[in-house]
Amino acid sequence: MSLLRQQGPAPAVTPSTVPAEGVGTPATGRGRRRTGRQSAHTRHQAMGLMLVTPFGLLFAAFLVAPLAYAFWLSLRTSTLVGGDHFSWFANYQQTFTDPHFLAGVRRVVVFGLVQVPIMLGLALLGALIIDEVSSKLAKVFRMTLFMPYAVPAVIGALMWGFLYSPTFGPVNSLSHALGTGKIDLLGHSLMLTSLGNIVTWQWTGYNMIVLYAALQGLPREVYEAAKLDGAGQIQTALRIKVPMISSAMVLTLMFTIIGTLQFFTEPRVLEPTASSVITPDYTPNLYAYNLAFQYSEFNYSAAISFSLGAVVFIGSYLFLFATRKRSGLK
Amino acid sequence: MTTAAVPAPAVAAPAPRRTSSARGRVTVNAVMVAMILYFLMPFWWLVVAATKDNDALFSTAALWFHSPGAFFTNLQQLFTYNDGEYLRWMGNTAIYAGVSGVGATAVATFAGYAFAKYRFPGRNLLFSSLLGAIMVPATALAIPTYLLLSKVALTNTMWAVILPSLLNPFGVYLVRVYVQESLPDELLEAARVDGAGELRVLFNVALPTLKPALVTVLLFSMVGTWNNFFLPLVMLNNDKLFPLTVGLQSWYQGALIQSGANALFTLVIAGSLVAILPLIVAFLLLQRYWRGGLTVGSLK
Repeated sequence: MSLLRQQGPAPAVTPSTVPAEGVGTPATGRGRRRTGRQSAHTRHQAMGLMLVTPFGLLFAAFLVAPLAYAFWLSLRTSTLVGGDHFSWFANYQQTFTDPHFLAGVRRVVVFGLVQVPIMLGLALLGALIIDEVSSKLAKVFRMTLFMPYAVPAVIGALMWGFLYSPTFGPVNSLSHALGTGKIDLLGHSLMLTSLGNIVTWQWTGYNMIVLYAALQGLPREVYEAAKLDGAGQIQTALRIKVPMISSAMVLTLMFTIIGTLQFFTEPRVLEPTASSVITPDYTPNLYAYNLAFQYSEFNYSAAISFSLGAVVFIGSYLFLFATRKRSGLK
Repeated sequence: MTTAAVPAPAVAAPAPRRTSSARGRVTVNAVMVAMILYFLMPFWWLVVAATKDNDALFSTAALWFHSPGAFFTNLQQLFTYNDGEYLRWMGNTAIYAGVSGVGATAVATFAGYAFAKYRFPGRNLLFSSLLGAIMVPATALAIPTYLLLSKVALTNTMWAVILPSLLNPFGVYLVRVYVQESLPDELLEAARVDGAGELRVLFNVALPTLKPALVTVLLFSMVGTWNNFFLPLVMLNNDKLFPLTVGLQSWYQGALIQSGANALFTLVIAGSLVAILPLIVAFLLLQRYWRGGLTVGSLK
């Protein structure tokens, strides 16, 4: 709401925009110079406020207001018997004791603990390779890995959904040919792995390019020094390059964690294929969506959305704070 | 490879080193080839599957061509199915991505420039909340935004997708960083001394210099909207307003519900291929801008 307050003083400032010659003409005296500087100052303030206003309004309307409204809704309960009434933190109490919500959170955390290190490990490996090798193959490699980033997540999930399918998929004919028996990639035991594969496919290249950009920004002399000291390529990579890009790695890790906690698109696309596995509460976000749009439980859905947003927000701030030396942010 | 190129006479035993580096090169190349195959596989499958008719899709090897001629039948079906709703979705997607992209870029440019070059009351507070806003999960915002927009009867309109997409905190951050790095105060001051007003300074001096940053922000916000799924899924009920992502997903769901041999499967596949082609082409042509945008996040 502070935004609205900032727009307040703007009209009081604008009138003094008029004496523009103060800056251009050489100062004739002490007093004149001061008014000139002052008018430039207020004029700059007005200009700054004017330029930032559209963003400020959008920020207020589509970030502050939805969050405030969701918070307000989450403090109320609406029932057929009791009507709509203020219920303080009852919804939050329910959220953090709701086995459906907690199971979803646990699932997403387990998913992240396995998928994130694999993906970022592959991204780092790729980045180190393209930083070191400058062959034609390396160029093809760079482009191919980044290509899935241009594919909408829905289409990525659709493609893999077909590939996993027991009727269309190559995996099944492969397992048939090898005689290993049926592998149900959309079954209970493998679903998280299958989803993890989609996310890894989609985002490895993106993270690789971010890390590669960081590697490109390192001073080359350090490598020469390392080589003179007898370090091989692998030693240089692990002991010099990796520590020096730790800030970029912290950032990619943080954005990946934010993404993982919001996990929605891939399970939602595969939901109709495997409805017995991907239940309406499969991830917290999917649960919030289904509560709102399947069961019309808007108050409770708002509480879950708000909790999820708050957890992600506080979590990423704490993460940045804990790693502030490495991330280079103050 | 750099080791081979740099003469290293001082190193005591060149011969064993060279063999180990040759073995290393083979390993690295093998890793690259394996990863390329994995990352290309779904694209390969999509191209192959788009050339199959419905029967062949179910009955032939998934990763090899069977009835290439069916590609054109599939395309024709794709564009005519249900009164050409695919084309309508394409048009919608173009509108959403175009309007949001241009709008978000304009808003981000003005704000980023203001943050970098002007002092005004509330500047620090707004800028630090902007950094926070980058971390607020967009999908956690979608449902509250829906509830709010339904209060003012804006849901199920194009505005419900366009307006929230205009807010691009990361774009503001990117422009600010770029302005600070590439636009010295002296340049702006010189224009002012020559008698240019603030708006002229912005449009005639600053904007031309900022072009690469603007293209980058434009690309990222356009692709962001083009790929968005959760927001339009939440906001829109009317399938005439769907973007491609929501439309394709609804076809897929429809195909699964009807199950068995179903023409919708071939449509989903052909539709996916047609939908990602422009993105891949744009991405290959505009590579350096992607790199530019991503670098800001990693180096700052």
